[in-house]
Amino acid sequence: MKYFKLPVVFFLSNSLLFSCSQANENSTEPAKKEAAEDQSQIDLSQVSTNYREYAIAEIDEFVKKTEAFANAVIAGDVEKAKELYTSARMHYERSEPLAEAFAELDPKIDAREGDVPEAEWGGYHRIEKGLWVENTTKGYEPYAEQLKKDVKLLRAKVETVDVTPELLITGAVDLLNEVSTSKVTGEEDRYSHTDLYDFVANVEGAEKIYELMSPALKKKDEALTKEIEQRFETIYALLDQYKKGSGYIPYTELSNDQVKELSQSINELAEPLSQIGIVLEG
Amino acid sequence: MSQHDEHEMTSILKKQISRRDVLKAAGIGGVGVLIGASGIGGALALADVLPTSQKKESTNAIVPFYGKYQAGIATEVQNHIYFAAFDVTAEGKNELIQLFKEWTKAAAAMTEGKSVGEAAEHKYLPPDDTGEAAGLSASNLTITFGVGPTLFIKNGRDRFGLKKKHPAELRELPKFPLDSLEEQWTGGDICIQACADDLQVAFHAVRNLARIARGKAVLRWGQAGFQRTKQASPKKETSRNLFGFKDGTVNPNVKNSNEMNQYVWVQPGDGTDWLVNGTYLVVRRIQMFIEVWDRTTLKEQENTFGRYRDSGAYLGQKDEFDQPDFEKKNENGEYYIPMTAHVRVAHGDGKEKILRRSFSYADGIDAKTGTFDAGLLFISFQRSISKQFIPIQKRLSQMDQLNEYIVHRGSAVFACLPGVKKGGYIGETLFS
Repeated sequence: MKYFKLPVVFFLSNSLLFSCSQANENSTEPAKKEAAEDQSQIDLSQVSTNYREYAIAEIDEFVKKTEAFANAVIAGDVEKAKELYTSARMHYERSEPLAEAFAELDPKIDAREGDVPEAEWGGYHRIEKGLWVENTTKGYEPYAEQLKKDVKLLRAKVETVDVTPELLITGAVDLLNEVSTSKVTGEEDRYSHTDLYDFVANVEGAEKIYELMSPALKKKDEALTKEIEQRFETIYALLDQYKKGSGYIPYTELSNDQVKELSQSINELAEPLSQIGIVLEG
Repeated sequence: MSQHDEHEMTSILKKQISRRDVLKAAGIGGVGVLIGASGIGGALALADVLPTSQKKESTNAIVPFYGKYQAGIATEVQNHIYFAAFDVTAEGKNELIQLFKEWTKAAAAMTEGKSVGEAAEHKYLPPDDTGEAAGLSASNLTITFGVGPTLFIKNGRDRFGLKKKHPAELRELPKFPLDSLEEQWTGGDICIQACADDLQVAFHAVRNLARIARGKAVLRWGQAGFQRTKQASPKKETSRNLFGFKDGTVNPNVKNSNEMNQYVWVQPGDGTDWLVNGTYLVVRRIQMFIEVWDRTTLKEQENTFGRYRDSGAYLGQKDEFDQPDFEKKNENGEYYIPMTAHVRVAHGDGKEKILRRSFSYADGIDAKTGTFDAGLLFISFQRSISKQFIPIQKRLSQMDQLNEYIVHRGSAVFACLPGVKKGGYIGETLFS
């Protein structure tokens, strides 16, 4: 009897699953072809969810460190403020596809001198100028207070962003484009010359998206994943040369040739990375 | 084209049948393609086959990419150039071969006025072709590839196992007196010369080839150039440089294969078999002090070149194409063509001839001086750099009156690869 029973049980469970799948589109059974299609859909929605978690965790960290940074400014602690400036900003730079989604908030937090009318200019770079050019926090307390409010508002607003695979695909390349167009020229942190921190954070943000996408991408084009990974390695190897202690050397210490080399490596990475959209193509 | 057709075509050309008969046999539209495919395109340039009436100002035409020689050398000079030098970042020979294969495919498509890669129909991918030449004609686009000395050996390293193929002729040029070379306009592992009757078409070609190379080669320097367009000079008068003179007009006859073999194409027995039917390219970015020139008297200007500005004739002669007489003296017993005149020094004893294919450039202003950064993107092709270009430039750098008004800012040499048949790839004789 034993031998007879088993197949029956198996059959029953199978049919149970089958009937489930009629009701639930997310089921992975039974037909192989459907399963494969479902699988990739699940992958991508899972990728979006995972990315959302990652980016929000980064923004949480950003809010926390920004508060500490602002408090140091308000307390008049120049050294502590300088120290927190770079580490807080890295969280923002990593999560830019989400953090920058709000056209009215980004300039308040991250505008550089001249990006907005002088009277409206506040945020990180205004305080940066005080810290590095004037070596003071005095008079910058109101900007610190405002910055705290703005980052909290940002945190509340990111909840509303609909993270789609499409946003990730453009976001990964956008992160590198940020590097190509502003970081690489040393225009981002023009007083502190801490551009390499932002640079690294943008690359890490792009890499995170790639990592989440790579299982789906591998199924479409394995050679492409290898190429992308190899070029991430190249850029990290280059950046490692400029490490000093727990951080990076000032951007102004790079020679023109070194800047060019970084710029070209970013372009070399961004080109294959711009192909990850094939995961959305039929 | 079937083998039979190809055979027939070749035999037609071998017999001395009139050009019109060839056209009748092939149908005008097919000629370029047929000749290109049969690999004798260079020996018999398209312009040579077409009757005069057909040659009339066709700026839409296709110059065959495939053939015995690369196009863009013996090809009639187009209106525009975009010249680019690359440094190879790939580490292996296979990657390099792959790059040349991809380049060949893309270049062949673009010279036919087609776009690169697949049609842009994927919404979530950047299009293969950058798009700015969509709908534009081929505009006589030619794309010419060359390899520099540093491809063979760089900083003592034989990166691609090509050292044994390094031609003795392909060396960085010696430093000439008055050279003021700048790193940013100098050297390169590979060059791409894109010439077309439309600058957008030429730029599009280099841009897409640079994009294909990303990760394997990076741009080292690039320069756009121009000459008067064919539209602006319906009579096809000789182009003038930015000093207002017709110069650099004495060249080997590109339609005369004997002359081309003697002065331009590398021949069997020259010591570099893989380069047979290729040639050497010298490029110099020569800044011209046009403000200084403009306040120079006409007589001084003419004595500097050794030509009349208006007619382009040699001093002492009447018409542009009259032969120069370097011994001819005026009533005061002075040479018509001064000893330091550009044409006299360049001519020397007349033994060295090079095929010049230069363009003017204008690149905004020189930030240091506030003057124009304008001049000549000098390009010459020759069978031997050491026997042809170097002796001429040595003389010029020492004696040429023109040196007061110019300075050489950039320099590079390249071996332009032989042409290739359809199915092959540019550089196959070098890499195989």
